[in-house]
Amino acid sequence: MHGREFWQRFRRNRLAMTGLVLVAGMFVVSLAAPWLAPYDPGYIDLEAVLMPPSREHWLGTDNLGRDVLSRIIYGSQVSLKVGFVSVGLATLIGLFLGSVAGFYGGWVDFLLMRLVDLMLCFPSFFLILAVIAVLEPSIWNIMVVIGLTSWMGVARLVRAEFLSLREREFVLAARALGASDFRLIWRHLLPNALAPVMVSATLGVAGAILTESALSFLGLGVQPPTPSWGNMLTAGKDSLEIAWWLSVFPGLAILITVLSYNLLGEGVREAIDPRLRD
Amino acid sequence: MSTALLETRDLWRTFRLAGPWGRGPELTAVAGVNLALSEGETFGLVGESGCGKSTLARLILALLPPTRGEIRFAGQNLLKLNKAGLKAVRRQMQIIFQDPYSSLNPRMTVARLLEEPFVIHGLGTRAERRAWVAELLEEVGLAPEHAERYPHEFSGGQRQRLGIARALALKPRLIVADEPVSALDVSIQAQILNLLAELQTRYGLTYLFISHDLSVISQACSRVGVMYLGRLVEVAPRTALARGYLHPYTQALLQAVPLPDPELPYRPPALRGDPPSPLAVPSGCPFHPRCPEARLPRCQAEVPELREIAPGHRVACHFR
Repeated sequence: MHGREFWQRFRRNRLAMTGLVLVAGMFVVSLAAPWLAPYDPGYIDLEAVLMPPSREHWLGTDNLGRDVLSRIIYGSQVSLKVGFVSVGLATLIGLFLGSVAGFYGGWVDFLLMRLVDLMLCFPSFFLILAVIAVLEPSIWNIMVVIGLTSWMGVARLVRAEFLSLREREFVLAARALGASDFRLIWRHLLPNALAPVMVSATLGVAGAILTESALSFLGLGVQPPTPSWGNMLTAGKDSLEIAWWLSVFPGLAILITVLSYNLLGEGVREAIDPRLRD
Repeated sequence: MSTALLETRDLWRTFRLAGPWGRGPELTAVAGVNLALSEGETFGLVGESGCGKSTLARLILALLPPTRGEIRFAGQNLLKLNKAGLKAVRRQMQIIFQDPYSSLNPRMTVARLLEEPFVIHGLGTRAERRAWVAELLEEVGLAPEHAERYPHEFSGGQRQRLGIARALALKPRLIVADEPVSALDVSIQAQILNLLAELQTRYGLTYLFISHDLSVISQACSRVGVMYLGRLVEVAPRTALARGYLHPYTQALLQAVPLPDPELPYRPPALRGDPPSPLAVPSGCPFHPRCPEARLPRCQAEVPELREIAPGHRVACHFR
């Protein structure tokens, strides 16, 4: 599996390219938020409360007269941060534990995999809810808790890859040369086990963004006045009959984001192994 | 025979298979192998697939712990060495694998791949290692410009040369070649065999040459060992192969070697069926169910010892 070949296959997949473009667009939007947003997301204008979409406010204003478009743009920063930090944490934990389990096998593997089973037994959303209810709800706590409860899939993937890779002849050859366990894992096994992890991480970002939105919607996530798509939905649900734009636009933002990460992830998966297409 | 470079004493390896309820039956892959290689020789090991040749190779290189027995390399018991001692011995024994596609890490350039032995053993500076890699490439008939490429950019024969270069890097004394040519075209096979022979004369290497193809073995080796179901059934100098009077299994293998002459009459296959499952090794002589000369009840009841029938020629058969 090599870079050029991968890219050629990926490029031919229209849905995957759409996902890539949207994800890239999202990055630009959240990084350039201060320049792109037409208004300050916290600016309260009591003369323009609950204005429907218009030329001044493309996506309307909320019950405090704040510009919905600006708040969605700033809200994307939250989603991006949560997505990447929590998935990054989960991936690191999963890579580490999966490597150790798959490389050493035996009782180490047994114990780690039982830990995975145990973690998978908890309905993770309720675990997160319980933890956040005890801790104070903040974006950092959310990221850490999502990260700590979503590493199991990666650990299993990496372990499975290691189990088949460690008997491969190039690994035996390196062992015969006297390579240390660390070198075998780091230089020979991990680089060859990363492809499926990339796919699962991309899909994981979508899941983390959804979880954050749900937590914020329930008031246990990002706290107002900091805008996040989830807490904008909460605010919108009270005036659904009179101001549909408060709920529809943040909802669409979540939908499109999650969809584009899923398309990207599936595209990467298919480009890595075209046989998976059917 | 002079003191052996490599010696195995009563070497056993069994694998416990996983059954539906945990521990399953036990498979004996290597059963009581006694082998001695003297410095500078080429010892060929033949046998059908699954007879334990590759397991024996992995045991000898301490890539797999034996269930029982002893492995001595240059007088040192490999199983009693500590980590540092084992690492030092690894510099002196290397392996070449069968499949040139899975024996090279697909994510490392040739330069990184061939540099690794030196990095692991802390040898040389960056510049020195670069120079050594270029030398190695030339030694195995590749060009130094190949260093920046990835393994998938090479043909099977070239990749096997890379595997040889890696094994050669640390200037070992023993190289175990586990089916080094059986994945290659016949024309390429000869090139690789010649390369191995050249390197042997240049560096005084000792080879343990494993193959299922007796024609390759008899071309390349001075002594031949024949394995059947994890046991050595015959150890003979190459010249004895031509003289005949061998273990019935070895005779059958020799008859199976195709002769490149279409005029010759058809010879029925000497061996019927597949080797028995190593999970259910036949009683007595393990070869007796397939042996054209088996005489009951002795062959069924008594395990034949490996006896010397001529100088340097040992056979495990009741009737030789």
